[in-house]
Amino acid sequence: MARIGVFVCWCGSNIAETVEVSKVAEVSKSIPGVVYSVDYKYMCSDPGQELVKNAIKEYKLTGVVVASCSPRMHEKTFRKAALEAGLNPYMLEMANIREQCSWVHNNMDEGTQKSIDLVRMMVEKVKRNKPLDDISIPVTKKAMVIGGGVTGIQAALDIASGGIPVVLVEKESSIGGKMSALDETFPTLDCSQCILTPKMVEVAQHPLVQIISYAEIEKLEGFVGNFKATIRKKARYVDVDACTGCGTCWQKCPVKVDSEFEQGLGKRKAIFIPFPQAIPSRPRIDAENCLKLTKDRCGICEKVCPTKAIHYDDKDEFMEVEVGAIVVATGYKIMPVSAFPEYGGGQYPDVVTSLQFERMVCASGPTLGDLKRPSDGKLPETVVFVKCVGSRDPEHYHSYCSKICCMYVAKQTMLYRHKVHHGNCYVFYIDVRSNGKNYEEFVRRAQEQEGAQYIRGRVSSIYKDGDDMVVEGADTLTNSQIKVKCDLVVLATAMEAPDGIKQLAQKLGIGYDQHGFLTEAHPKLRPVETATAGIFLAGCALSPRDIPDSVSEGSAAAAKVLGLLSKDTLDKEGVVAIVNELTCVGCQNCIRVCPYNAIELKDICNRQGELQRQVAHVNPGLCTGCGTCTPSCPSRSIELQGFRDTELYAEINALAEL
Amino acid sequence: MSENWEPKIITFVCNWCTYAGADLAGTSRFKYASNIRIIKTPCSGRIDPMFIVSAFEKGADAVLISGCHPGDCHYNEGNYNARRKFTMMKRLLDTLGVDTRRVVFAWCSASEGIKFSRLVNEVTESIKKLGPYTDYHSLNQEER
Repeated sequence: MARIGVFVCWCGSNIAETVEVSKVAEVSKSIPGVVYSVDYKYMCSDPGQELVKNAIKEYKLTGVVVASCSPRMHEKTFRKAALEAGLNPYMLEMANIREQCSWVHNNMDEGTQKSIDLVRMMVEKVKRNKPLDDISIPVTKKAMVIGGGVTGIQAALDIASGGIPVVLVEKESSIGGKMSALDETFPTLDCSQCILTPKMVEVAQHPLVQIISYAEIEKLEGFVGNFKATIRKKARYVDVDACTGCGTCWQKCPVKVDSEFEQGLGKRKAIFIPFPQAIPSRPRIDAENCLKLTKDRCGICEKVCPTKAIHYDDKDEFMEVEVGAIVVATGYKIMPVSAFPEYGGGQYPDVVTSLQFERMVCASGPTLGDLKRPSDGKLPETVVFVKCVGSRDPEHYHSYCSKICCMYVAKQTMLYRHKVHHGNCYVFYIDVRSNGKNYEEFVRRAQEQEGAQYIRGRVSSIYKDGDDMVVEGADTLTNSQIKVKCDLVVLATAMEAPDGIKQLAQKLGIGYDQHGFLTEAHPKLRPVETATAGIFLAGCALSPRDIPDSVSEGSAAAAKVLGLLSKDTLDKEGVVAIVNELTCVGCQNCIRVCPYNAIELKDICNRQGELQRQVAHVNPGLCTGCGTCTPSCPSRSIELQGFRDTELYAEINALAEL
Repeated sequence: MSENWEPKIITFVCNWCTYAGADLAGTSRFKYASNIRIIKTPCSGRIDPMFIVSAFEKGADAVLISGCHPGDCHYNEGNYNARRKFTMMKRLLDTLGVDTRRVVFAWCSASEGIKFSRLVNEVTESIKKLGPYTDYHSLNQEER
């Protein structure tokens, strides 16, 4: 038999002014199951809580209804008190007679009647409540970072400095990401390599960081604290342990192809490291261009290798790692010029992307920093920069702003003028967005001291006239059409989600938006979390960001990982769904509606181990207790604990009495 | 209809948006009609369409359902599931001859205390005009 106690709070005069609390307590006594009721001035005070605790013991209460403020305010307080008195905390419910009664109604009779109704509803519910236990899940104290750009490096370093081992997975053969290809960085003009390479070395040498390069995520199983990732280590044809990185192989290799790192402006060999500071400094063979692998000729690298590290029969390998948390820092790609035929992209070699321009001016670039235009090697005397190419153009390309172009174009005008003092540079822009520390000052410096000429307007076409390139566009400030003859055109093309990101998101079970950028759990309050517990995001995987923002987010995600993995177990409320395996027919409706992929099919076998049928099974680690599964079940076999059908129908049924 | 008849309105809300919005109406002292009785669920996705039928069966004159705005769901997509279910349910109720003006589905966020109080007042007013809901009960009587 249920023995329910009802505790009605005055909240000083907050409730007592509009609700006749003594009457509520008195009438409550007549509700079947109620064995004790009382009103008190401040139920949340220490003496008030004592009142609750003593009554639980004295009257051997099996359930408690506290009629007071919103459960948001004091549910925790009273449930803790219940626990201290030996009652399961989930056997306590609150009737919200302050926010829902006294504060919103003026009439004493109405307020009192409604309070009695609310108490009655909660009494009927709590009579049917089941004691619940909090859930405790063990965690694997190891993390995985996907993406070895500056964001991923920062996240890995911060997690490792917190004492948690990290597996850093990078899809290219070296970590470093896009930042390693930049020349100098805004707004300080410090050389990108000079600030990045020490970090690359630091992460590579950290005893708790394991770098797995030229690898991708094949599969992810498990849930928060208990992930099992399968990593595909792509065939490299080089034994990274035996290789010493001496470089003989790539010096002797006869095959030359366009270098991806140099943005197609320079050459690399078929066995190569992407750039001299690569980490790990171990080459890989490009199977599409290697003569041995395509035509079974050559084989020079194998012959010259002093440590016998070349293996032409290398295959993709799979490794499994168990981790408790994951940071996704997969970065971005930039749109190639060929995506813009209207600007002569792909047709004229002297129309380049900003990233190509970085390589053209970089001291470690294909020309070792001598600025030469790609078509004939001439020094460009006039350069036109075009901003918002592919960005802020919802009719044709992307609706979003790529965020960093305003700043790096200002930087590139400076880099250009530092190389070509007499040169002219023009910038076509829609707006100049320079919100960041020292950013506005930096742009002003480019315009006022470094001689960049800004023209507000869009470019309509770019074409070739003899040796020159011609840029035609509008100057919306003077309301005129203008033509600029120049030697080189640099397009600030949009940042895009990288290839394969959707597939990766699907493997990880995290969301992405219409542009392919990964979605955060809350854009303001949970900016580095995903809806999947234990998986975090950082950097340009979310949307375009600059280096300071990306690094901050790498650290933010690391802090989240350290917080999660600081405990031996994850404790969560017992409000999760449970399946009745006897009645479940395995229709999978619940699996389809679950926003967290928390439900999977479970095999039911007989004693001989033969499969009899399949039923739904909820992973309590993943279930967040939303209850969307419950009404989707045609056989009423999946029930959200704490909000079961019987409990909610009891509340509805209580209305018949009202 | 008796002189002092007051409609009974059962309200199902999600915990994160509308329940918090109702709390805000309280802390802001936005007065509203006392005809509603709120039943809290974690998410509007938990609200079973059968709750509506059950509420009518137990004597409700109207049912009000409210959750997070589209895109705001604490559980990402529970409210989309709810919307789909109730769109279908409303048509079904219509087919069965239930007056669907008595089923109100609304979005109300945690910051919309004023919206919540107005919503309650509007629904109460409109149900007062419609009068007590007797159709369902007479239907029930016939079956028995």
